[in-house]
Amino acid sequence: MFPSQFDYVVAASVEEAIAAKAEGGDETRFLAGGQSLLPMMKIRLATPAKLVDINRIAGLDHMERADGHLRVGALVRHAQLVASGDTLGVMASAAPWVSDPLVRNLGTLCGSVAHCDPEGDWNSVLLATGADVVARGPGGERTIPIGSFIRGPFTSALADDEMVTEVRIPVPQDRSGGAYLKLERKVGDYATVAVAAHLVVAGDGTIGEAGVALTSVGPSNVKVTAAEQVLVGQPPGEELFAEAAELAAAAAEPRSDVRGTADWKRQVVRTYTRRALTAAAAEAMAQAS
Amino acid sequence: MEVTVTVNGAAHTGEVEPRLLLVDHIRRVVGLTGTHIGCDTTSCGACTVLVDGTPVKSCTVLAVQADGRSVTTVEGLKTNGQLHPIQEAFSAEHGLQCGFCTPGMMLVGAALIEQNPAPSDEEVRWAISGNLCRCTGYMNIVKAIQAAAGAAAPGEDQ
Repeated sequence: MFPSQFDYVVAASVEEAIAAKAEGGDETRFLAGGQSLLPMMKIRLATPAKLVDINRIAGLDHMERADGHLRVGALVRHAQLVASGDTLGVMASAAPWVSDPLVRNLGTLCGSVAHCDPEGDWNSVLLATGADVVARGPGGERTIPIGSFIRGPFTSALADDEMVTEVRIPVPQDRSGGAYLKLERKVGDYATVAVAAHLVVAGDGTIGEAGVALTSVGPSNVKVTAAEQVLVGQPPGEELFAEAAELAAAAAEPRSDVRGTADWKRQVVRTYTRRALTAAAAEAMAQAS
Repeated sequence: MEVTVTVNGAAHTGEVEPRLLLVDHIRRVVGLTGTHIGCDTTSCGACTVLVDGTPVKSCTVLAVQADGRSVTTVEGLKTNGQLHPIQEAFSAEHGLQCGFCTPGMMLVGAALIEQNPAPSDEEVRWAISGNLCRCTGYMNIVKAIQAAAGAAAPGEDQ
């Protein structure tokens, strides 16, 4: 299989990439890892007229802490996130579950975020941690909270001439923990169901911040605000987590398919939410306050 | 677009269409058919090659992306007429049955032992988890990669 014809340009800088994208509009796509885009082009689900290859732009593979955030550049591959000691909590937990080792050598976090596949893992992690997406266009840079960035299946808030240059994940000051629990039929398959949980424990032992998000059980990654609200201000505990898990199960919109029935997936959401919150709390509590 | 891709140490320069996949470039233009096309959907890993030493699925990389890069295929494992330790080990440990997944398995194994000279069972299984063996001969593949790691380790008796 091979894609339909397209023009190919290599961008030497972000400015050059944006200019090339602006010229072609929505018929032009950026090529980073290509691990979602190229398969879609091969089966002709995507038929861009032009690809702008950003892989040779220097300075986009940075991963650094600044202003209370971990900043991950557009060319940081999943494999770097697996190997890095800078990824924490739910992010560190999710990284090894993204696709398979070979795909992780090329695919990027920013590309996955921009792709907005409801079955993608990273957008749940970003929703749970309250991350921001940095987009650059001809007029400059803007920071978009992940909740407003995701507009729907394969649809983001990016304008036709904007590029995701960085994702910023908050690094909590207080004790924190997280877990990404993913049920998959085999390595490399999409999640049947996955749950991202993120907890920050305040000095008084109550939950200061909570994030719960779901993968593969809705038209987009689902942020479970009701569960988050129930958790904040309470001390971590089994009953509390069971209550949050009920709310997560209620918020899920699973569909019956080859991976399982909707009812069963909802039950997995319930169980995984409880387990992920328990693991997140254990990680947070193990740290010195 | 004119590209130069170094395959197993030899530079190949030529005009390619942007949509030509790296695996097709290797098989049809360079003429090395050891790199297999299995699923052609980024799942099976039969098309694995090393690009600048990193294993990737060459059915999901464009040939133009490899311009200026160095590609190693299974044919490049052997040097100066000597089989690579991973090839010796796959032979000695019966690490293959039909052989279709073998080029990919050996390249992933070779890349792993470069990084990790004594991989555990778990680490080998983890490394090859993007490569499918439909004969299900995983036990001996894992053994072969570990044996190769032992053979490749410096200072050990060979």
